[in-house]
Amino acid sequence: MRIGVYVCHCGGNISEVVNIDEVLNSLKNEHDVAFVKDHEHLCSKEGQEIIFNDIQEYKLDKITIAACSPQFQGPTFKTLMERAGLSPYLMEMANIREQSAWVHYDDHKKATDKAKELTKMAIAKVRYNEPLSKYSIDIGKRTLIIGAGIAGIQAALDLADSGIKVYLVEKDPSIGGHMAQLSRTFPTEDCSACILSPKMADVPENPNIELLTYGEIKDVSGYLGNFHITVNRKPTYVDAEKCTACGDCADVCPVELLNEYDGNLATRKAIYLPTKIAVPHSYVLDTEHCLGLNPLACGKCQEVCKADAINYDLYEEEIEFDVDTIIVATGFELFDAKEKPEYGFGKFKNVIDGMQMERIIVSSAEGNPLKDIGKKIAYIQCIGSRDKQIGRPYCSRICCMYAIKQANLLKKGMPDRDIYIFYIDIRAFGKGFEEYYNTAQENGVKFIRGKVAELMENPDTGKIIVKAEDTLNRQMIETEFDTVVLSVGIGPSKTTENISNMLKLARSSDGFLQEAHPKFKPVDTLVPGIFLAGTIQGPKDIPDTVSQASGSAARAIRLMNQGEYFFDPLLAFVDEEKCDGCGLCVDHCPYNAISMAGKTAEVNTAFCSGCGSCISYCPKDALDLHLYTNKQLLEQIKEAVINKGDEPRVLVFADDMTAYRLADNVGNAKGIYSPYSRIIKVPSSCRVTPKLLLQAFHYGADSVLILGTETKSSPYPHCQEEIERSVKIVHNILKENEISDKRLFNTTIVTVMIKKFSGIINTYTDLAKTLGPIPLEKREKLLKDLGKKIFGGSHE
Amino acid sequence: MSKMIDLSKEADEFLKKIEELSGEKITSCIQCGICSGSCPMINEMDLTPAQIMLMTLLGQKEELLKSKSIWICASCYTCTVRCPRELDLSKVAEALRQVKLRLSIDRIDINKMDKADLEELPPIALVSAFRKFTG
Repeated sequence: MRIGVYVCHCGGNISEVVNIDEVLNSLKNEHDVAFVKDHEHLCSKEGQEIIFNDIQEYKLDKITIAACSPQFQGPTFKTLMERAGLSPYLMEMANIREQSAWVHYDDHKKATDKAKELTKMAIAKVRYNEPLSKYSIDIGKRTLIIGAGIAGIQAALDLADSGIKVYLVEKDPSIGGHMAQLSRTFPTEDCSACILSPKMADVPENPNIELLTYGEIKDVSGYLGNFHITVNRKPTYVDAEKCTACGDCADVCPVELLNEYDGNLATRKAIYLPTKIAVPHSYVLDTEHCLGLNPLACGKCQEVCKADAINYDLYEEEIEFDVDTIIVATGFELFDAKEKPEYGFGKFKNVIDGMQMERIIVSSAEGNPLKDIGKKIAYIQCIGSRDKQIGRPYCSRICCMYAIKQANLLKKGMPDRDIYIFYIDIRAFGKGFEEYYNTAQENGVKFIRGKVAELMENPDTGKIIVKAEDTLNRQMIETEFDTVVLSVGIGPSKTTENISNMLKLARSSDGFLQEAHPKFKPVDTLVPGIFLAGTIQGPKDIPDTVSQASGSAARAIRLMNQGEYFFDPLLAFVDEEKCDGCGLCVDHCPYNAISMAGKTAEVNTAFCSGCGSCISYCPKDALDLHLYTNKQLLEQIKEAVINKGDEPRVLVFADDMTAYRLADNVGNAKGIYSPYSRIIKVPSSCRVTPKLLLQAFHYGADSVLILGTETKSSPYPHCQEEIERSVKIVHNILKENEISDKRLFNTTIVTVMIKKFSGIINTYTDLAKTLGPIPLEKREKLLKDLGKKIFGGSHE
Repeated sequence: MSKMIDLSKEADEFLKKIEELSGEKITSCIQCGICSGSCPMINEMDLTPAQIMLMTLLGQKEELLKSKSIWICASCYTCTVRCPRELDLSKVAEALRQVKLRLSIDRIDINKMDKADLEELPPIALVSAFRKFTG
């Protein structure tokens, strides 16, 4: 066997901490290694060409690359392998950037030692890699879009125009989202509703779009190319086809409520038209407030409807369909300024938020202002943005510009209005934004640098007293205003938590959904076939939202146009020579992927999900999992724990979906943890068998951690139960051998728990130090009569 | 002529010292001024709390230690609960007071006192004055 080993400097990211020469020297005498080389950037064209040429010239069988996380550049090198005529699965990566250089930069020697060992572990694994091929599934041309704000609408139209069948699900009775509420858009001052309504009208007209308004995603199952969707659709009790939107029904409706669409500054009836530009253009009956869907209770609306469009005998519908890809466009929620009580929002009648001002501007233009705002107006920026106190440390990106826009519009409407904007920093970064900011200054809007500390109400006049420091002049301001506008920021929409759990999408620390890569995959998620559009990924303005929506549509089309998608062959397989046909595995596969074929078990690859939980049930070691075989894992374990000297060793089995990515996130965040830990990647925590755990202790591990995904967000919901069973078996065996069972710990984790990850690793390193190494004679005994210990002798 | 700020090594060392004593990352202040606007004692102060943060960042030791503000701060924590970067300004004020006190400056020099006064003043009044006017 000829293995080529390459160590990457990553442009200093690795080489500034890890001594590359030392790593190279330590690997030279490894058997099967043809040579070791280093390079400044292995992922560059030049770096790739070196590997490519070496494979040809030196007839290399296998490659090991010590560089960044395989999550990051793995696909690049797999493609390179294919180009060089080798199976992409004959390459292993040692993650010496995220797991060494970026987390042990405080100790260059330890980081170098760990880098050596991680590379040796990868070499130990690659020796047993097999030349497998990818397998593929068919993908059709159907997309679900969740949310029909401007992002969802744009993505739907782009997809539909490209011949893709689109299911557009919107929770509200009308599409359009927040943009339908706005007065004008910055910096061009286009009328928001006027530019949005033609797009909204195009949606139901498009034969490729199936619009499901007033719908809620109830369940999503399956995977790319085969997502199964269940939508609950609430009835509006008004037939949109028949409704002429004449408004007779609302005139007679006795129930009057505050209208959220108008920022609660106006009222609506229990039967109402969601917005003037609503699509579908139909009245909707709000059952929560309606006196009763029954002529006995009220029934006035049904009586007066000339079009006979109102029907009380409708029920919630459950609609099921299949799609190939999903775009999440569930948008944002405005910050509720009541969370900052010092500004008196909801208490002082002359303190309003930015959205209420939008509605006031619209209604004033229509000649029927919702509120008298007076002449002297103050804007307070960064309410619910850039504020750690309320867990919103980020900039909302739109508030500076909407405040400037509103100030410009208000000045235009009445030039002698006196408008002040209290800001921390004006962020006018977009195209034409700085110029628009300058327009406001030329219009006489006054900008004062300082965040307003608190507001008080003059009880006699209702005017609002603003208290702030002019931080440029270092003087205090305490002045009365007729109206104070809070420029509230934005956060992820309330449905985000539910959606992210259902689709198994990660969320970043600010609560927005996490993209697959911040630079190169800004609209992809880590789940194949699911994309993000608009503010659900982070705050953005309308042009950015629309660009991102078109981007996500293009990414979805790119996948669907290929017609098929390639997967790693992460599949269980049976060694027919070892299998004695006991059938224990058949009963324990939750996917029904194992059946008996004559005297041996057989894996149905169409159903196998690659979790590996069946392996723990095989008393004959006849079941195994491609890409993570028993032999491969054992070799990695041995490399990690044998010859560790006096050092403690914490072995971490990290599942691919969460724990391994979390370790990468810890690296990205430059979080330090104990250098005595060694991470072994597994597809799921239940891939780890009792035998592997005992082998780990047998060969010298001082403590073993199994980190997996929470059941509710795991692609393998049965996994935690399975691993807990295995851990229990091993705990008992450890206790029988008078070894502390604290040395083995299993838990679930989420990808954002950066501090917790470091904490766990450090805790178990300290524990390993306190307990000291397990005496050799105890370790020797661990593997004796293993079958009996694990399977209780019933099988022998 | 406008005043010059010297961004010297000493200035940086002063910042580091205050950061160490207070445990607060003064360089993460965004100068929004919400501390000053919230301060109930602001009318008595010669430097505003936000100004103290900026001047500490710039290492303007002399002006800071001369300032009345650091002694006027009542540690009421209104600024602390409102600071968007979660900085504790009361701790910064305390750190500045510490630096000032550790200088151990005697404002009353016994050698320069009038002999007649010394004879007339009770010793306990002198001791109390030495204590009070240190730093």
